[in-house]
Amino acid sequence: MISINEVQETMRMISEANLDVRTITMGISLMDCADDDLGSFCRKIYDKINRKAERLVQVGDDISKEYGIPVVNKRISVTPIAIAASGCRCEDYAGVARTLDHAAETTGVNFIGGFSALVHKGITPEDRKLLDSIPSALAETERVCSSISAASTRSGINMNAVNLVAGIVRDTAKLTASRDSIGCAKFVVFCNAVEDNPFMAGAFHGIGEGECAINVGVSGPGVVKRALESVRGSDFETLCETVKRTAFKITRVGQLVAKEASRRLDVPFGVIDLSLAPTPTIGDSIAEILREMGLEQPGAPGTTAAIAILNDNVKKGGVMASSYVGGLSGAFIPVSEDRGMMEAARMGALTLEKLEAMTCVCSVGLDMIAIPGDTPVETLSGIIADEMAIGMVNNKTTAVRIIPVIGKRVGDTAEFGGLLGSAPIMEVNRFGCSDFVRRGGRIPAPIHSFRN
Amino acid sequence: MKGIVTVLGKDSVGIIAKICSYMSEKNINVLDIAQTIVDGYFNMMMVVDLDRSTEPLAPLAVGLEALGRDIGVVVRLQHEDIFNAMHRI
Repeated sequence: MISINEVQETMRMISEANLDVRTITMGISLMDCADDDLGSFCRKIYDKINRKAERLVQVGDDISKEYGIPVVNKRISVTPIAIAASGCRCEDYAGVARTLDHAAETTGVNFIGGFSALVHKGITPEDRKLLDSIPSALAETERVCSSISAASTRSGINMNAVNLVAGIVRDTAKLTASRDSIGCAKFVVFCNAVEDNPFMAGAFHGIGEGECAINVGVSGPGVVKRALESVRGSDFETLCETVKRTAFKITRVGQLVAKEASRRLDVPFGVIDLSLAPTPTIGDSIAEILREMGLEQPGAPGTTAAIAILNDNVKKGGVMASSYVGGLSGAFIPVSEDRGMMEAARMGALTLEKLEAMTCVCSVGLDMIAIPGDTPVETLSGIIADEMAIGMVNNKTTAVRIIPVIGKRVGDTAEFGGLLGSAPIMEVNRFGCSDFVRRGGRIPAPIHSFRN
Repeated sequence: MKGIVTVLGKDSVGIIAKICSYMSEKNINVLDIAQTIVDGYFNMMMVVDLDRSTEPLAPLAVGLEALGRDIGVVVRLQHEDIFNAMHRI
């Protein structure tokens, strides 16, 4: 029988330390919706998404009430549209984005991901149509998220794609300039993109996936921080053990919710994504964990080591708690969505270069970073290329979700609102890289990718 | 199916009585009660059997929360599996 102390521990995690299930994401294959007529393709995907996800929000809310654990987001990911819509005779895919937005609204989910293309090795004419449609699609829709795979360890970095992506980021920023370039918050470029990621903006339902899957992202930076308060000053062994135990408990709740959602929706359980995802709420911050570990501010020397320890032990604890682990399973350090990171960036403790260093060991990427709106597009390419190189060489997923905020400079603040938070405009190295990135073509895969 | 009821708040007369009479109205059987009082704060856990309950868990949880507000304590009803998942391998 469960003891009163155990019950109290769980209750405190939920009520005081913001333990929640961050997202239940339903992945839906749109492969069977192929049609050469754009109108009927859109009708088919709208009907299919509604049919599959009709009860998703209701089931998420029911589980939340019955188990007493907040299920914050209910979301949908779909087959990359550049593949699913490739049979359509049309000029661009903006209409598909509007249909996805409409389907998301009807089903009540807050984001739908998959306005995506996989171009890490080459770009088909359909991929190109999708790439060209992204800025207007993001400007015209509220809930559609877009992602591009531009590099992988096996295929290298497609620099032509990187340069196109930099242009997409700039154009999206301009089209949404009146709202602090918020369109860029819904767009991410990947190296080693994963097919079962439940988190936005990078979720899509990969082509190796089945018809439909339930993927769950757990969270709980506040719970880890609270647990570490009890071992202040202890050695690294104690620190690591504490993170591991806490991650185990958090993940078990995620596994329970995932299995229950899967049963009630009659959709196979896919994976649990073991990521500590912060929100702008006080007490739900990765930065607070880093400070609790002993850093004066995130960004101080020692930060890369601290984040490596944190992430590794979240995984070690989480893996045993779940039957299938997947998705990104790394530390998210979205500057605008983490109050402590925002403060550290504002006071100059945290720089773009340090954030990049953190992505070498575990963090998933340069995430929700606001930079000056007049940053040259070639510099954007350079920033993306650096991040892709880190992912390619380290055989890990890396991503860039960067927001050049039109009309703002270093020292200003961009306001995105809600879960997306606000971000100080960070300084970008002012030296150029245009002759480098303009070479174009493909950077070959690294030697250690040849494992066969 | 078993549920766990937790009650947290300032101690006063009749907390258990009011909660138990609400449960008996809904045909919920109380299997176990544990409680502590620390610094005047009342902390209680009940294991309840919901198999013969006249209402499903979710509306019961909402009803108990409202009852808690009326008597000035925080009352929660949760499926026991969330605690089992977290604390039992």
